[in-house]
Amino acid sequence: MSKQARSPDGEADADPEAGTADATDPETFEPATNGSESVIHALENAGVEAAFGVQGGAIMPVYDALYHSDIRHVTMAHEQGAAHAADAFGVVRNGPGVCLATSGPGATNLVTGIADANMDSDGLLALTGQVPSDMVGSDAFQETDTTGVTAPITKHNYFADDPDTVGDTVGEALALAGEGRPGPTLVDLPKDVTLGDTDTEPGPAEPPETTRPQYVADQPNVDEAADVIEAAERPLLLFGGGVIKADAVEEARSFARTLGIPVVTTMPGIGSFPEDDDLCLSWAGMHGTGYANMAITHTDLLIAVGTRFDDRLTGGVDTFAPEAEVIHVDIDPAEISKNVRADYPLIGDAGTVLDQLDDAVDRAPDAAGWRDQCLTWKEAYPMDYATPDDEPLKPQFVVEVLDEATADDTVVTTGVGQHQMWASQYWTFTEPRTWVSSHGLGTMGYGLPAAVGARIAADDDQEVVCIDGDGSFLMTIQSLSVAVREELDITVAVLNNEYIGMVRQWQDAFFDGRRMAAEYGWCPEFDMLAEAFGARGWRVDGYDEVADTVDEALAYDGPSVIDFHIDPAENVYPMVPSGGANGKFALTEDQL
Amino acid sequence: MSSGDDGTGAESDGREGPPKHGLAGPAPEERPHPEGRRNSQGIRIDPEAEAEHEPRRAVLSALVEDEPGVLSRISGLISRRQFNIDSLTVGPTTVEGHSRMTIVVEETDPDIDQIEKQLGKLKPVITVGELDPDAVRTELVLLKVEGSEPDKVHAITEMYDGQTLDAGAETITVQLTGDEGEIDDAIDAFRQFGIIEIARTGYTALARGNQATAPGEKPGTANEPTRPTNTQ
Repeated sequence: MSKQARSPDGEADADPEAGTADATDPETFEPATNGSESVIHALENAGVEAAFGVQGGAIMPVYDALYHSDIRHVTMAHEQGAAHAADAFGVVRNGPGVCLATSGPGATNLVTGIADANMDSDGLLALTGQVPSDMVGSDAFQETDTTGVTAPITKHNYFADDPDTVGDTVGEALALAGEGRPGPTLVDLPKDVTLGDTDTEPGPAEPPETTRPQYVADQPNVDEAADVIEAAERPLLLFGGGVIKADAVEEARSFARTLGIPVVTTMPGIGSFPEDDDLCLSWAGMHGTGYANMAITHTDLLIAVGTRFDDRLTGGVDTFAPEAEVIHVDIDPAEISKNVRADYPLIGDAGTVLDQLDDAVDRAPDAAGWRDQCLTWKEAYPMDYATPDDEPLKPQFVVEVLDEATADDTVVTTGVGQHQMWASQYWTFTEPRTWVSSHGLGTMGYGLPAAVGARIAADDDQEVVCIDGDGSFLMTIQSLSVAVREELDITVAVLNNEYIGMVRQWQDAFFDGRRMAAEYGWCPEFDMLAEAFGARGWRVDGYDEVADTVDEALAYDGPSVIDFHIDPAENVYPMVPSGGANGKFALTEDQL
Repeated sequence: MSSGDDGTGAESDGREGPPKHGLAGPAPEERPHPEGRRNSQGIRIDPEAEAEHEPRRAVLSALVEDEPGVLSRISGLISRRQFNIDSLTVGPTTVEGHSRMTIVVEETDPDIDQIEKQLGKLKPVITVGELDPDAVRTELVLLKVEGSEPDKVHAITEMYDGQTLDAGAETITVQLTGDEGEIDDAIDAFRQFGIIEIARTGYTALARGNQATAPGEKPGTANEPTRPTNTQ
């Protein structure tokens, strides 16, 4: 548990004099005169290009300093959206996004987005205004104990107390957010600190010395793991979101292909391995494919990289990969043996450790029979769906049409619920950082603000599609005003069944069909609502309108919304009931 | 409305289409299921040596940065992850700005490992680890008893190497130090007088001899203060 050394006197090594605002143009560079300008210089030094936020009293000094900055600020309609947009920006760029909010309600509105980033290990820096230091603790107007509220959902948070050091604090918080296992950090900025005089420029952004991760796995452990890989008969790779965050996609793909080991991903790991590859069994877990869940149930060696074995992946732990030895590669030692015991723990950076394993493995495991078995399962449990004429539009069909109409590098964002599962099941992902969703926290409403952030982050020639549900769309629909104001080219496909569909599915399966508080029976006309916002809107009810409308919406250079009225009776399968055995996934409701 | 009993499997080439709501494929009972299992701690059960871990008491020592809120960060982490904490003491070290926390927990081995790792992730935590069972450990207790039999109270206090801090007509307050067993014995002995109030500190502890108390920490002297070293 020992961490990195500190210098003998306990002081940080960084020399405050060494800092130069290198990200700013020397011709126009103006030295900081107060804490806020130092904060903005710290962001600029770190190469921050965009920030998402909402104005308000206590954060006004920071916004005032942004006035002269080249950082693109996107004014959001709600702070939750600011956090999600910054989160998604970070996912697409693979570096921390930045969001801002004022004290009190501004800060508490960020909380859901910060918690979401925390659960999905997304780098995020939140800057919150705070009442002046001498009023803290007096229950002042718009005062909330923001560091107290956010302590459990951040890697670390800071209460800035000095205009001379606030820039360095912000730099450290940003560096920490992206270091090792990424996650959210927050700096609470009292107004007297941001307004306070200083001529101190922030130094280079360094993460704290007490948090330095281990990048290289211990070689004896690597050698042992290599031996069991060579000897395995039914080896299986499990790629989590950590593979993408560690920028280890190339190493991961090459490792699987060189050794001929089938691949299952987690949901956040979608895109780490091409889903159209023969070795790929797509993602495992509650609504994962039957073949992924068969493979994970029958493997004798699970090589898990960058995953925390969430309960939606494992189902009941007693039946999770019950006969497998587990090699677990993770940069966070606390994830090793937390939920599933690692027989071979490899603490380190995913790409580095995969390279170490690649060097240490002398021959590929003899797994031809196992690969055939996995292909047999692909045949046995196809993700096919019927499109009967006597029933309304199937959501799976809509997802497939959208996928076919767009390029491989299209970014897909979603909310949470049935639509999210259909999107992840029926869209064939082949590239990392194209699947942007809320996994661990399961935040309905994530999709639309995430599309705003993803749009700002993505290349201009990349499409951004938000596949949403009617319930999720309504939760953060105000973000549409941002997309219109900022002229963002995003396409929203609402899979509208006028239900909180996943809850309705569970009520039908586990609560004798008592559809309490899940049945809307009525929704706003989303196409007309989109037009009222200044976006384009369409409504689609039948199969023959789908492809043309999708083409039209994608071609429109601006925000567009297609309200797909889908079969309200459609359910998500396969399904492993909560705590159930992955291998006993249900294919229909009567198997639950 | 849904099928699933028609046995459409891999061997059936002339498979029917998927059901209207749901998917085709062998039903759960038609699939092979492995015999193996894991226990509640995620450990693969070895039929030869099946062992569920029992809770035990562990003394952890953490070297932390003495910054505002560090105590609440540590206690908050322990409580929100539902670990059982018996006591926590905190105090300065030979280095300005560093504090040592001694935390006593009662958990299973995997959970003790988790507590160490989760605490290790906290930014203000410099290093943390479990102390050996032979570590020097002691706790302090203040006992306030009825003052009607001062001679007897004095005798028992002497017997346990305690000190009398306050003696009045109605109450006597004594201070005792020792390991948990000694303190418990002493408290039992004082019960005859009628104990009015007790304040116990919980353990504080140091490793024996030249061993580091927290991993990587070097034994400190006045000239060469305690500091952790990079062991990675």
